[in-house]
Amino acid sequence: MPTTFTINNRPVTVDIDPDSPLLWVVRDTLDLKGTKFGCGKAACGACTLHVDGMAVRSCAFPLKYAEGKTITTIEGLAEGDNLHPVQQAWTEMVVPQCGYCQPGFMMATAALLNKIPNPTDDDIDANIVNVCRCATYYRMRKAIHRAAEISGG
Amino acid sequence: MPNPTSSSRRKFLVRATVGVGLLVGTAYCAPIRRKIAERIDGSVQSYDGNTEDPLLWFEITTANRVIFRCPKMEMGQGIFTGLAQIAAEELAVDVTQIDVIPAATDSGPIDKFGTGGSSTTASLWGPLRDLAATMRVMLINEAARQAGVAASTLSAADGVISGGGLSVTYGEVVARAGNWEVPDVPPLKPAKDYRFVGKPVARVDLREKVIGAPIFGMDVSLPGMLYGAIVRPDGLASTFKGADTSAAEGMPGVVRIVTEKDFVGVIATSYVEAENAKRKIVATWKNDRSWDTFDVEAAIRVGKGKAIEIQKEGKAKRMLKDDAPGLITAEYFSPIGAHAQLEPSGAVADVRADGATIHISTQVVDHTRREVAERLGMKEDAIVIQPTYLGGGFGRRLHTPNAMQAAVLSRAVGQPVKCFFTRKEEFQNDTFRPPTHNVLKATLTPDGRIAALSHDISSGDVMYGSPLLPGVLKTLIGADLGAWRGGMIHYHGIPNYRAVSWRVRLPFATSWWRGLGLLANTFAVESFMDELAGHAGKDPVGFRLDHLTDSKEDVRMAKVIAACAERAGYRNDAVDGRAMGFACSTDTGTPCAHVAEVSLQDGRIRVEKVTCVLDPGLVINPDQVRAQCEGSIIMGMSAVLYERMQVKNSSLRPVIYGAYEMALIKDAPREIDVLLLENDDAPGAVGEPPMGPIGAAIANAVYRLTGERIRRMPLEV
Repeated sequence: MPTTFTINNRPVTVDIDPDSPLLWVVRDTLDLKGTKFGCGKAACGACTLHVDGMAVRSCAFPLKYAEGKTITTIEGLAEGDNLHPVQQAWTEMVVPQCGYCQPGFMMATAALLNKIPNPTDDDIDANIVNVCRCATYYRMRKAIHRAAEISGG
Repeated sequence: MPNPTSSSRRKFLVRATVGVGLLVGTAYCAPIRRKIAERIDGSVQSYDGNTEDPLLWFEITTANRVIFRCPKMEMGQGIFTGLAQIAAEELAVDVTQIDVIPAATDSGPIDKFGTGGSSTTASLWGPLRDLAATMRVMLINEAARQAGVAASTLSAADGVISGGGLSVTYGEVVARAGNWEVPDVPPLKPAKDYRFVGKPVARVDLREKVIGAPIFGMDVSLPGMLYGAIVRPDGLASTFKGADTSAAEGMPGVVRIVTEKDFVGVIATSYVEAENAKRKIVATWKNDRSWDTFDVEAAIRVGKGKAIEIQKEGKAKRMLKDDAPGLITAEYFSPIGAHAQLEPSGAVADVRADGATIHISTQVVDHTRREVAERLGMKEDAIVIQPTYLGGGFGRRLHTPNAMQAAVLSRAVGQPVKCFFTRKEEFQNDTFRPPTHNVLKATLTPDGRIAALSHDISSGDVMYGSPLLPGVLKTLIGADLGAWRGGMIHYHGIPNYRAVSWRVRLPFATSWWRGLGLLANTFAVESFMDELAGHAGKDPVGFRLDHLTDSKEDVRMAKVIAACAERAGYRNDAVDGRAMGFACSTDTGTPCAHVAEVSLQDGRIRVEKVTCVLDPGLVINPDQVRAQCEGSIIMGMSAVLYERMQVKNSSLRPVIYGAYEMALIKDAPREIDVLLLENDDAPGAVGEPPMGPIGAAIANAVYRLTGERIRRMPLEV
């Protein structure tokens, strides 16, 4: 049964097992590789993308629930050449090391700022629960505050 | 920067344009200068590969950009940036004109060792400047020939050659190039003229990593590519005996099932189909006996394995017998640790009748190529390893049997196959950080100095657990120098000291992990130094300084110790529910000290602040050296406070993040203050040394806060 949704402002219809995790549809069918596989059990957050503006761990999100939804991945976070405030802050603070988990963190942060425009450290602790093995957390916290500032939060 | 996985870029623009073989002798390589540099930081693994052919390393495009094919891999350390800075100085280009890409084996320099041991910058500091300077002179000479002027009238800056009215870009020179005259290596730029070295240049890979560009091994996608899945055992010490694949045969999307003598795998048209079919395969494994955590801990104890004395000064052995008066002894433990890097191990293999291309995140390009060639029965030259950016390395990608497995699957179907570990397989089939047991003994003099000190280190294999034994390391074989790393006594003012390495073979793979034995062994030594200072009634910082000599190495360490204590405002008493702990270590020639400030929150240790002083010699990029310190501190803290693999019914667990507890943003110190000293004129090790002291710094702080001495990782109050 085909599933229809919008991804990064582009309408798509895919005819894939509706129980397939959205992650693999995004990565392999739609060839958007910025959303990463980390664990397949929604435990690390590397696969975080937005479904109707909410942060979702796509490795454990069945395709069928994407029907009619608006999905944004890291590739769709910027508006043209203008990086999203979160991406700008990540750049200013030089957050990434290996970089693999960073799209998931940036998507989680962008969703947090939608919900809480000027998050406190406690808000960050409670909401940003992805895993980064390079342990770039120290700069991430600064970058999250900076992103809020850039967004005018 | 171009996509490193794009094969269309793998051409020699310079060579294709010139069409003339390059005669480059070895004379210009300045081996003497390099040897001096190596001696300055003698303990860093030297670069083992081509240092003679600038055209193998650099490609000048007609658009006047430099493509730098790098034999060392970028896994977060920031080396692509630092090496671009170094190259830019001697190439006489702006650093932003350089595109660094991972060198493929058919078109770039090949590193016979690999990326690791915090050795990249130190080992390429000499060769890379020579190569870049030679390249610059070749371009100037060629420009002079084309213009019919003397080269001495020309100079280069920002990729433009000018002088006597001439102004021509490198790209223009290359487009018209005829025969190259190969010069000797010219004199290198003096340090006072550096434009990029020492500056916080932004990472060259920053934009790609911020926009989510497809730069990792797992992002590679080839036309006609299928998906493979290998059945991996739940149990440790499992030998593959065979498999019943009948239930998987008819599963949706299944293309082929491949049963080899050592593994079974399935190939399907999508990732999900391959994984679903894999679960229907019933493999049979042979296991010798049952193992639990208790058995591993019993096996790892000092006295059980094979002992080799690795350090001996004076009469420590005789002085520290069990009945020695005033003998102080303590034992420390560390658990099995997982790499838990975010990008799982895997590869994309494209095997054809006459050769193969492997796209892979690997730390050992040459080793990966050899492994694949052997398995396929092909010559190494027929195998192209196309490395990508690594989604974390930490030593995990010094083992790459996954490349060979993907190649076997690809050969079976004659199409490209992508094959990666699941997270459960990654946790159960890791090449773990081995558990350790450390026993320290000492006696003190009446005036509170150490009379004798010994350190017994018992560990599973590190270097011996690796198929990779680099030539330089071979000469040192006799003890597992990975296992005892960080375990030698560096307080050379102690008159009698000794270190012994005990090798224990465990029933599961253990090997390289960031810093190797550094984390656990320094945790033991530096906790014990703190305990001894307590017994002696001395301040722990002054006590450490008291046992250093006036040797160059010790003076450098002393400066780091004093600077760290001062910067942190180190004090022994707890204030407002917070206490400080001090620890230091020197690793591959780089001394480092930490002061950790801790509190207790809800019965758990919280690291509030870490002050770090590091002396890696010449700093190429201070921002990225700081980033390595921050990452090392938090990753080390994570291992010290939370991480532990267990063995139950012969199965390693947990198998998922969360259950394998690791530091998250909430756990990271809110303050990390890094001070860099530069007591050397060449760069040294950075990526691992800051991990050394963190365990003991935290444990020593907890002791000052609670009076409880914790000698077992993960630390629990």
